[in-house]
Amino acid sequence: MEENLNKHSNISAADLDRLTKEASEEATPSSAKIIWNEFKADKPAMGALIIVIGFILFVMIAALFINTPKMMETNIMNYNAAPGSNGFLFGADTGGRSVGQQLIVGARNSIGIAIGLTLISSTFGICWGLISGYFNGYIDWGMQRVYDFMMMLPMTMMIIVLVTIIKNYNAVTLTFIFSIFYWEGTSRLIRSRTLSESEKDYVAAAKTSGTSNFKIIFKEIMPNISSLIIVDTTLSFAENIGVETGLSYLGFGLPIQTPSLGTLIANANDPNNITQYWWTWLPAAILIIILCLSISYIGQVVRRSADASQRHGITD
Amino acid sequence: MWKTILRRILIMIPEIIILSILVFLLAKAMPGDPFTGSINPKADPAQLHHLMKINGLYDPWYQQYWNWVVHLFHGNLGNSYQYQEPVTRLIGGRAINTLWLALFTTILTYCIALPMGMYAAKHEGKLPDSIIRVYTYVTFCIPFFVILVIGVWIFGFVLGWFPTTGSISSTATPGIQSVGSRIYHILLPGILGALFGTVNVVQYLRSEVIDAKRSDYVRTARSKGVPEKDIYKHHIFRNSLLPIAAFAGYSITGLLNGSLFTETVFSYPGMGLLFINSISYRDYTVITALVLIYGILNLLGTLLSDIILSIVDPRIRIQ
Repeated sequence: MEENLNKHSNISAADLDRLTKEASEEATPSSAKIIWNEFKADKPAMGALIIVIGFILFVMIAALFINTPKMMETNIMNYNAAPGSNGFLFGADTGGRSVGQQLIVGARNSIGIAIGLTLISSTFGICWGLISGYFNGYIDWGMQRVYDFMMMLPMTMMIIVLVTIIKNYNAVTLTFIFSIFYWEGTSRLIRSRTLSESEKDYVAAAKTSGTSNFKIIFKEIMPNISSLIIVDTTLSFAENIGVETGLSYLGFGLPIQTPSLGTLIANANDPNNITQYWWTWLPAAILIIILCLSISYIGQVVRRSADASQRHGITD
Repeated sequence: MWKTILRRILIMIPEIIILSILVFLLAKAMPGDPFTGSINPKADPAQLHHLMKINGLYDPWYQQYWNWVVHLFHGNLGNSYQYQEPVTRLIGGRAINTLWLALFTTILTYCIALPMGMYAAKHEGKLPDSIIRVYTYVTFCIPFFVILVIGVWIFGFVLGWFPTTGSISSTATPGIQSVGSRIYHILLPGILGALFGTVNVVQYLRSEVIDAKRSDYVRTARSKGVPEKDIYKHHIFRNSLLPIAAFAGYSITGLLNGSLFTETVFSYPGMGLLFINSISYRDYTVITALVLIYGILNLLGTLLSDIILSIVDPRIRIQ
C-alpha cells in the first residue's frame, strides 16, 4: 500500500497528463457528449437544432426592439394591407397592425410560456413521480388516486373555466394555470421507472447504510434516470407549444392585447380573413408546424442517444 | 374479474363527487351573473336583484350545491339562462352531434390505422415501416387545431369540396337527404381527425404484431404449412385485435378534448361549441353540466379500456 502510494506520487507531470488523457478517452463519454455526437452524426437533426435555437434567439432579441402597445394600435388606413404594401413585409391584419411584428412578439410569448410551462410542470411531475414510485404503500396509493382524479378532469375545459375566473391574468398566471394540468404524463413515466429503479441493489445498499430517503431519491435515483428526464422534457416542450397556442386560438389564452401565435391563427375564424387575407393567419400556422416538428425531431434524437442500441453517432 | 370492476367503480364514486363540488364552486366563482347582459340596460336594479333571488343565486354555496344535486338525481339539470330551455334537452340535442362525429372519427381512425399497423409490422425495418413511422410521428407532433384550420381553408374554402359550418344543410328535407347532409358535414372533420389521430393504434398494433410474429404459436402455424397470408389474417391479427379495441376507451378523452377545437373551427353545433358559447354568457347550469358530463365520460372510457384489457391480460388484475 505504502509502496504503491509512493510510486504514484512520483509520476511526472507529463505522465500524469498522458494518463488522464488516456483514462478520459477510455471512460464512457458524458451524456452531453453522447447527445452532441448524435447530433453531429445526424445532419437533419443538426439543421433542426440550428433552426430552433436560432429562431428562439432571434425572436427573443427582435422582440426587445418592438414596442408592443404601439404595435397593437389599430390603424384603419392599413386595413388588411397585403404583404409588401404600405411598408409591411408580412402585410397587416384587420386592425391594420403589422403581422410581421405580431409574429415576432407572438412567437416570443408562445415560446416563453411553453418554456415556463415545461420547466414548472416537468419539475413537479418528476418530483411527484419520484416520490410516488419510491415510497410504496399508502403514500403511493394516495398519490395515485390524485393522479387518477387529475386524469379524469377535462383539462381544456378546466383551464378555460379557471382563466375566466381570474380577472387580471397575464403570461405568468397563465403558465401556472396550465402547469396545474400538464404534469401527469411526466409523473406517470417517472413513477414507473422509479418503481423498477428502487428495486435495484444500489438503492438497497444506500438504504442499509442509512442514507436518508430524500438523498436516495434526488441524489441516487434521479441521476440514474436523467436520460429519461431529458427526453421527456424535450418532447413535452414541443407539446406545450400546442397547449398555449390552442387555448389562445379559442380565445382563452393570452389577453387580446398580448399577441400569441394562437391569437394570430384565430384571425382565421373570420371567413373574410381565411379566404382573402391568408397572410393574417397562415404564417403563424406554418411557424407552429415548423417549430413543433423541429423540436420533436430534436427530442427523437435525444431519445435515440439515451438508448445505446439505437445510436447513430460514434460513441464507443 | 368482477371484483376488479367493482373496485374500480367504487373508486369512481368519490371522484365524481369531488369533481361535482369542484366544478360547482368554480362556476360560482366566475365573475358576472347570467342576467345583466340579457336585460335592458335601463332595467331596475331591484328587478335584477329579484331575478337573482328567485333563481337562488344569493343562497350559501352548500345550499345551492345541495339543491343542484337533488335536482340532478331527478334528472333535472336546471334551465339554461342563455337559451331558456332545460339543460338536459339542450345538451341532449348537442350530444348527438358530438357523438356522431366522435363515432365516425373513431371508426375511420381504425380503418386507417389497422392496415397501417399491420403493414408496418409485416415489413418491419424496411422502407414501408419507416414511411409509416415518419407519418405517425409528423401527424402526432403538429397541434391538431392548426391542422383543422389549414384543412378547412384548403378543402372547405379554396377547393370548396366540403361545407365549413353547421351540422346539416338548411335546405335538406327530412329523410335520406337530411341523413346525407349530416354525413357530408361530418366528413371533413372526421377525416382530418382520423388522419391525424392514428399514432397510438398504429404503434401499439405494430409492436403487438412484431411480438406475435416471434411467438411459438405462429411458428407452429408456419411449420404446419399455413400460408403466410392466413397466418397474419387468422392467427396474429385476431390475437392483437382485442388490446387494440381497448384503445377506443382511452381515445374518448382525446376525442372529447379535441371536440372543443373541431367544433369551434367547423362551427359544428355539438357539446364543445356549446361550452365555448356558454362560457361567454356565464351560463352556469350548462357549464357545470358539460364539465361533469365530460369528466364522467372520461372515467367511463378509462373503465371500459381497463375492463377490456383485464379480460385480455389477466396480469393486470392483480390485488
